[in-house]
Amino acid sequence: MSEREHRWTMVIDLDRCTGCQACVVACSVENNIPVVGEDEVRMGRAMHWIRIERYWEGEYPNVRARFIPVICQQCERAPCEPVCPVFATYHSEVEHVNIQVYNRCIGTRYCANNCPYIARVFNWFDPQFPEPLNEQLNPDVTVRRRGIMEKCTFCIQRIRRAEEMAEAERRPLGDGDVQPACVQSCPAEALVFGDVADPNSRVAKLVRSRRAFRLLEELGTEPNVIYLKGGEAHVG
Amino acid sequence: MSADATALVQPKEEWRKRLLLDPRPAEEMNHMVLKAMTTFGWRYWVVVGILALLALIGLGGAWGYQVLVGMGVAGIRRPVFWGVYIANFVFWIGISHSGTFISAILRVFKAEFRRPITRASELMTTFALIVAGMYPLIHLGRTWRFYWMIPYPNQRQLWPNFHSPLMWDMIAIFTYLIGSTLYLYLPLIPDLAMARDHARGWRHRLYRFLALGWRGTEAEWHHLKRAITIFAFAIIPVMFSVHTIVSWDFGMTMVPGWHSTIFGPYFVAGAIFSGVSAVVTVLLIVRKTMKLDYFLREEHFDALGKLVLVFSFVWTYFFFADYLTEWYGGEAVAKELLTLQARGPVAPLWYLMLTTNILIPWFTLWNKRIRTSPPALFLITLGVNVGMYLERYIIVAGYLTRNRLPFDWGAYNPSPVELLISLGSLSTFVLLYAVASRLIPLVPVWEVQEGQFVHSLRRVGRILVPSVSELE
Repeated sequence: MSEREHRWTMVIDLDRCTGCQACVVACSVENNIPVVGEDEVRMGRAMHWIRIERYWEGEYPNVRARFIPVICQQCERAPCEPVCPVFATYHSEVEHVNIQVYNRCIGTRYCANNCPYIARVFNWFDPQFPEPLNEQLNPDVTVRRRGIMEKCTFCIQRIRRAEEMAEAERRPLGDGDVQPACVQSCPAEALVFGDVADPNSRVAKLVRSRRAFRLLEELGTEPNVIYLKGGEAHVG
Repeated sequence: MSADATALVQPKEEWRKRLLLDPRPAEEMNHMVLKAMTTFGWRYWVVVGILALLALIGLGGAWGYQVLVGMGVAGIRRPVFWGVYIANFVFWIGISHSGTFISAILRVFKAEFRRPITRASELMTTFALIVAGMYPLIHLGRTWRFYWMIPYPNQRQLWPNFHSPLMWDMIAIFTYLIGSTLYLYLPLIPDLAMARDHARGWRHRLYRFLALGWRGTEAEWHHLKRAITIFAFAIIPVMFSVHTIVSWDFGMTMVPGWHSTIFGPYFVAGAIFSGVSAVVTVLLIVRKTMKLDYFLREEHFDALGKLVLVFSFVWTYFFFADYLTEWYGGEAVAKELLTLQARGPVAPLWYLMLTTNILIPWFTLWNKRIRTSPPALFLITLGVNVGMYLERYIIVAGYLTRNRLPFDWGAYNPSPVELLISLGSLSTFVLLYAVASRLIPLVPVWEVQEGQFVHSLRRVGRILVPSVSELE
């Protein structure tokens, strides 16, 4: 494992997002997210780790849809962490990622209440993977049982694998070596992932953009997800 | 008044209505309490049978089903991750404040009307805490892993997170449960010894064991009094801490509406309000079913009615302070919460709460005739607890439906499983109380006798006046 400290960051360009939900599907496939069925989804129990929020702007007839993909913001000062009584969620000082330990979680759901981004999802029942979805479970990711909290991990398994590959090939981890499933699948390239600790990376440059902002910045949670939203010029 | 000379030498009829000025022989009083304890009508067994069945269905059936199938059988969903279970938890912790408040605070301040009602309210504290303590377990996604919250040495060297208000909660509740149980037990010893001396068979063996060989010597009384005094003073801060910490489960978060500095005292006031009201409700039932009219009189309900009114004022004050601050804050999400209560889905509950907690007590309890009328008082105090339950429901399940991202607003309706578990826990509380009422003396006879000993009608010139000699 490389000695250098990473600061994994995702940049989400709202001016590019078309709301196609490809990232939601890719994420579900990568992370063994169970399918819960229409009734449960209607009740508000969808398990997706990414949520494409849709807001309407303007007055008729000049109405326009705006999309905000919301994932776990991997906050530096995460409100979910101190409230967990058993340390099932804690901060990784190496990756600057908010870690969820499935085996330790006892299901108080306190973290989910205290997340201002409503980014966490709960396993209300044991997971179901109807045929043929059971054939494509990702062996790198734990399947969670009932009563456990889960959320976006920045595809930590992909970060680990990229680090191991780089170490095996005796080279430093390059920009773009780590790609979470959502980033890989985004056709509009609205999502960019990388290490801001590396000043030459793509994200490091995008973060300095004038269009950059963070969701609910005023709460002081210091998210590691940066949004870009600028201007009228980019979208029609 | 001085014109009527004969009236002066006769004690006023009013005074004879007071328990402490109306002494009876010790044997008669003991007999009254023991008879209430050992009378089992068919109605009693029917009630106990129904309660046991409901408790079994709720806690054995519904909870068992939830553990086996998953939390999904409850109505909670994103973003309302906490629902009826947490509202019930806060409610029962609130009920548990009755005993300590009535007993410890009134004992410390030497309020004489407390004497016959301390035991009945302390018993409520213990049982309400047992029921409240079940809810964090019912609420856990993986109930079978609850012991991970207990700090025990293990080979994985994992420790609970003491930054979490849930850990403070667990410690506070355990402390309160142990403290209040001991505080219930200490003043019970002389009464258990009294019961031992009158009982035969298994009851005799039980009371002999529990009375710890009490004989009533001067030294024993001295030690007991000291112990009770120490406990009375020590349990008061514990009582305040428990509901303050329960409120911090909410106050320490960043959830809109929960993050409030006033929640500590607001919840404590609400807990005492609901606890004292529950004591009145229970005492009215106890007096009716156990024929304890000699001990529980108009004066006690009069005094308790005043306490309920005072705590209605206190609760309203905190409620108003919280509400007004949110309103003037003008934060967008706080505005949504206020709209939710005034015109949203929880509006009927909110207005009902205002009616039962403010309107009805304020317009009725100032009147002594209403305070001393059992049916009126029963309905009013029951209403207060309905209102206090709604308050907790709105704060927990209502506030969570709104948040800072309007796309994620949600709704919540309790499921049949949640309702069955709630009913089962209520039945458990009443069942425990009904069983205990036939096992231990529900009126502290020695405390009443002690009170009667120091209260007397003394002749001053031609008139009789009530007088009290100071104890200790």
